[in-house]
Amino acid sequence: MEAFTAHTGRAVPLRRSNVDTDQIIPAHWLKKVTRDGFEDGLFEAWRKDENFVLNRPERKGASVLVAGPDFGTGSSREHAVWALQNFGFKTVISSRFADIFRGNSLKNGLLTVVLDQQVIDALWELTEADPTAEVTVDLEKRQVLAEGVTADFELDENARWRLLNGLDDISLTLQNEPDIAAYEATRPAHKPRTVQA
Amino acid sequence: MGRTLAEKVWDDHVVRRAEGEPDLLFIDLHLLHEVTSPQAFDGLRQAGRPVRRLDLTIATEDHNTPTLDIDKPIADPVSRAQLETLRKNCADFGVRLHPLGDVEQGVVHVVGPQLGLTQPGTTVVCGDSHTSTHGAFGALAFGIGTSQVEHVLATQTLPLARPKTMAITVEGELPDSVTAKDLILAIIARIGTGGGQGYILEYRGSAIEKLSMEARMTICNMSIEAGARAGMIAPDRTTFDYLRGRDHAPEGEDWDAAVAYWETLRTDDDAVFDAEVVIEAAGLAPFVTWGTNPGQGAPLSASVPDPASYEDASERNAAEKALEYMGLTAGQPLREINVDTVFVGSCTNGRIEDLRNAAAIMDGRQVADGVRMLVVPGSVRVALQAVEEGLDKVFKAAGAEWRHAGCSMCLGMNPDQLAPGERSASTSNRNFEGRQGKGGRTHLVSPQVAAATAVLGHLASPADLSDARTPAGV
Ligand code: SF4
Repeated sequence: MEAFTAHTGRAVPLRRSNVDTDQIIPAHWLKKVTRDGFEDGLFEAWRKDENFVLNRPERKGASVLVAGPDFGTGSSREHAVWALQNFGFKTVISSRFADIFRGNSLKNGLLTVVLDQQVIDALWELTEADPTAEVTVDLEKRQVLAEGVTADFELDENARWRLLNGLDDISLTLQNEPDIAAYEATRPAHKPRTVQA
Repeated sequence: MGRTLAEKVWDDHVVRRAEGEPDLLFIDLHLLHEVTSPQAFDGLRQAGRPVRRLDLTIATEDHNTPTLDIDKPIADPVSRAQLETLRKNCADFGVRLHPLGDVEQGVVHVVGPQLGLTQPGTTVVCGDSHTSTHGAFGALAFGIGTSQVEHVLATQTLPLARPKTMAITVEGELPDSVTAKDLILAIIARIGTGGGQGYILEYRGSAIEKLSMEARMTICNMSIEAGARAGMIAPDRTTFDYLRGRDHAPEGEDWDAAVAYWETLRTDDDAVFDAEVVIEAAGLAPFVTWGTNPGQGAPLSASVPDPASYEDASERNAAEKALEYMGLTAGQPLREINVDTVFVGSCTNGRIEDLRNAAAIMDGRQVADGVRMLVVPGSVRVALQAVEEGLDKVFKAAGAEWRHAGCSMCLGMNPDQLAPGERSASTSNRNFEGRQGKGGRTHLVSPQVAAATAVLGHLASPADLSDARTPAGV
């Protein structure tokens, strides 16, 4: 996965709360068997409206999504993260994310940043008034910067280290193969098996 | 200090714990279906990795499968491609698969428990948020994303930060007409769709202990709709009795060893939860949703709420949007909402007990004119059991459609969908915009309310039916 150190880009202010993953990428898109090509499904229903913020010409090429609270609730579909990435978003800022969505995003290198709603309001006002305003998300400093906004954010050290280095989860875990083998050796015999080993 | 049930199961699965890192947890059971697995297998292939534990992995087809004409080729090319991809992946990697047409096929969360694979004190994952269902057995079970599916396939482990714990204590006796579905809808309305976020819920208390395994699964299933990744119920006699003799339940000495372990899986008296919610069972009533998230619900006897009555601006806004989408007006009695379609099925309420409950109400009654009722068993085994009990005949005699097992109208991914503007009473778990088909409007209900609604054509509970039965019972 791609490393994330810092990113600067224009923003899309999305004034909606409780955006569930069905809205981010509707179920019928889940039929694809690849990891790319989901950009056209992103917020598909809302994008039918030409005034929807993502459709506005001045938002073209924006890469920072500033969303309302409880972003990514509902189904665990990782396609929601791929759709955002395929569309070109590098980072999503909200005051609250659904757990599964947040886990999925960090694993795929989409940085989800939690900030106070006050800061979100400020970012909304700024980027609505001036669509060319840039927002910087600096993972090294754990800081979001924009005109008139300087906000620190938290991210657990481990997730941060992996994002900064672009490390893939599986290779990291497989470094601990002896621990896995040792655990397997002591697992009780009564545990279920789907087939005879 | 004592530990909670969730903490015990968690601790028993830690493969590696290191300062500043998430715990690496061993996964006992990995369930797969066609929607969230293709990209995971893709990843394995690209990296040249095998599936580490084929003996802890099992797949079935459910989301895309039609519920009619299942012997014909699947018409939708994309659905067909997903199913074919799963079949190819399972064949290539050697994973046990129950495809459409197989006797063990069905909704993944119905199949795992009925095979006896879901057991107390195990860790269960699936690329599907309703994996929380399996927590009804005292398993730590949660939905994962596709990259985690790949991770489990490759390593049989997951690195995870330990969530906090929340007790949801339900004391007393549920009134006669109140089911597990009503209870969980009421819980979600109370704590909100974000209320369980960051927590593993443990449902406990005398009302929970009295519930059947089916009812417990209904409750744990919807933990995710309260924002929690997992919900659990301590295993007890009811759990052991359900498991004994099932295909993959332990036998002989293993059974004894298992039960001895399972009996330790109770929250210690001196354990401390990070949060607790207490609910009086006696105060509950049949519950339905009026909005577009599962927290937007109310007792059936209530009316559509007025958005202006919400103090919180974002809740008010959400309620306004929901009423617009749902085509409802504030103050309208919920009982006066007419429906076009009734759906009985899904991993929330598609098990045998649910079908029995719905059939008991349909017996000798008719589906109202202009209403379509779909009854979709959660699995082929459930269907066979229902046929053995004659439930299919009851539904058919009432004018309902008896379908083949699958996710069906729970989500708009297979031919069973609502048309734009159509309204359903559905025993599934999500009333999100478009969930049952583009523009479709969903009211979440229990199987009993679904059946009464089918008979009367408007949202109703069995109590509203007192004289609608014709004596011609099957
Ligand atoms: S029945 Fe519905 S909720 Fe359950 S697995 Fe299928 S689509 Fe998901």
